[in-house]
Amino acid sequence: MKVLMKGNEALGEAAIRAGCRHFFGYPITPQTELAAYMSKRMPKIGGTYLQAESELAAVNMVLGASAAGVRAMTSSSSPGISLKSEGISYMAGSDLPALIINVQRGGPGLGGIQPSQADYWQATKATGHGDFQILVFAPSTVQEMVDLVSGAFDAADRWRMPAMILADGMLGQMMEPVALPEEDKSFQAGLETRGLGAAKPWAASGHQDKREHNVINSLYLTPDKLENLVVERYKRYEQVKAQEQRAEEYLCEDADVIVVAYGASSRVARSAVNKAREKGEKVGLLRPITLWPFPADALRKAAGHAKAFLTVEMSMGQMVDDVKLAIDCKVPVHFFGRTGGIIPTPGEVLERVEKLL
Amino acid sequence: MVFAGFGGQGVLFAGKVAAYAGLIEGKEISWLPSYGPEMRGGTANCSVCISDQPIGSPLITAPNYLIAMNLPSLERFIDAVEPGGTVILDSSLIDKEITRTDITVYRVPSSRMAEENGLKGLSNMILVGKLFHELGFCSDEVLDEAITKCIPPRKASMLELNRKAVALGAAQ
Repeated sequence: MKVLMKGNEALGEAAIRAGCRHFFGYPITPQTELAAYMSKRMPKIGGTYLQAESELAAVNMVLGASAAGVRAMTSSSSPGISLKSEGISYMAGSDLPALIINVQRGGPGLGGIQPSQADYWQATKATGHGDFQILVFAPSTVQEMVDLVSGAFDAADRWRMPAMILADGMLGQMMEPVALPEEDKSFQAGLETRGLGAAKPWAASGHQDKREHNVINSLYLTPDKLENLVVERYKRYEQVKAQEQRAEEYLCEDADVIVVAYGASSRVARSAVNKAREKGEKVGLLRPITLWPFPADALRKAAGHAKAFLTVEMSMGQMVDDVKLAIDCKVPVHFFGRTGGIIPTPGEVLERVEKLL
Repeated sequence: MVFAGFGGQGVLFAGKVAAYAGLIEGKEISWLPSYGPEMRGGTANCSVCISDQPIGSPLITAPNYLIAMNLPSLERFIDAVEPGGTVILDSSLIDKEITRTDITVYRVPSSRMAEENGLKGLSNMILVGKLFHELGFCSDEVLDEAITKCIPPRKASMLELNRKAVALGAAQ
């Protein structure tokens, strides 16, 4: 039977079932239940839970654990993610996989503690300094939070880059029924039977005099070498863009106006779309599930028949440019949003949609 | 439905019981708490959606049911209640005339009843009993199972008291 779980706790349990045994955290509202859950569960299953002295320490512990080849994870909320951004950049520069959870709250600065989506730019464009991207997944239900965790770990390992689940205070705090997956033992079992070296041949896991030692590093003082590395990484990003884009299309086929929204705001948008359909209005929802890579292909397809797009966000419109770029501004892209911790209502969204019909 | 009251009165727990009952009945459900500076004595509330359809926004702006356990909560949500909706309030703590005529109001002196029946702290479950009696969407057995699921093993001794509180509320 399904169980009723808070989003924060469900993320923790899903990570454990995906083979994560190393969690390094630091409390901050509204994600603290995730760290608390890990602190209870990890010792019981032989895993590591460590509350670090700061966000910076926690993310660097993730870097160290990941360099040793294990699945490692940290979580925080907006201001804490800013503090972790240095470590995320170092992981990107060292080609290290990891899972970072951001349960967003209002900003900038200490901002507030209510749900927000104002870290879209940070997550998709500038998680830290330097030329790099991270994978960004945007769940919209507690079940989807669970479902995306193991996929995020797998994608991070596959592409050797950090992955982020970009949630928000609403998704973290709410409870919904979830079906938890069976524990995926393949990752742990793979480590035991084949050894870390076989699962992740690049890991600094001990060479036992059988091979050259592996180096995990992000410092390259020779510009040519650094340029080559970054260019190679960007070739990999092109493959990621081709293979990892995900979006859900809801009632888009005949829609004149397509609402583009992710995460918590997509739930509000879905309610608004349903209300519009009840009135016979042709409105659909396109919901990005990956924010990087941005689901440009799905948007381009939708732009073939829609007359207008409306992005609905809990920010000042950080996703608007990505939508415009994806569709080469072929149709107008409008925006409706609330920020600072306010969740828009379906009525507000519907009113805005109807102005475009 | 919206459950609202002082922190410590058990509004989040009451909402969780309702959500679990919906889950057992095979409905789509969501439970969204207010969070932040809430504390014992402050105000707290939660939105619980129980539906046959997938739930869009879990934040309720026009509840069909409002369970109000103090005056500030009643005043905050009363105007938002959907026309035709239902309000269940603790009349031992709320002494206020309700002018709306398009909603049904049940006044249950749940705090006083809890005190008189040795059910300290279970005013919330008396109101849950009344709510489910009026809702009639699930059997007593389902509600009982939901309560059992919501009480952690270390508090198993509370189960009987919760049952007693629900029965008292249902008889109101």
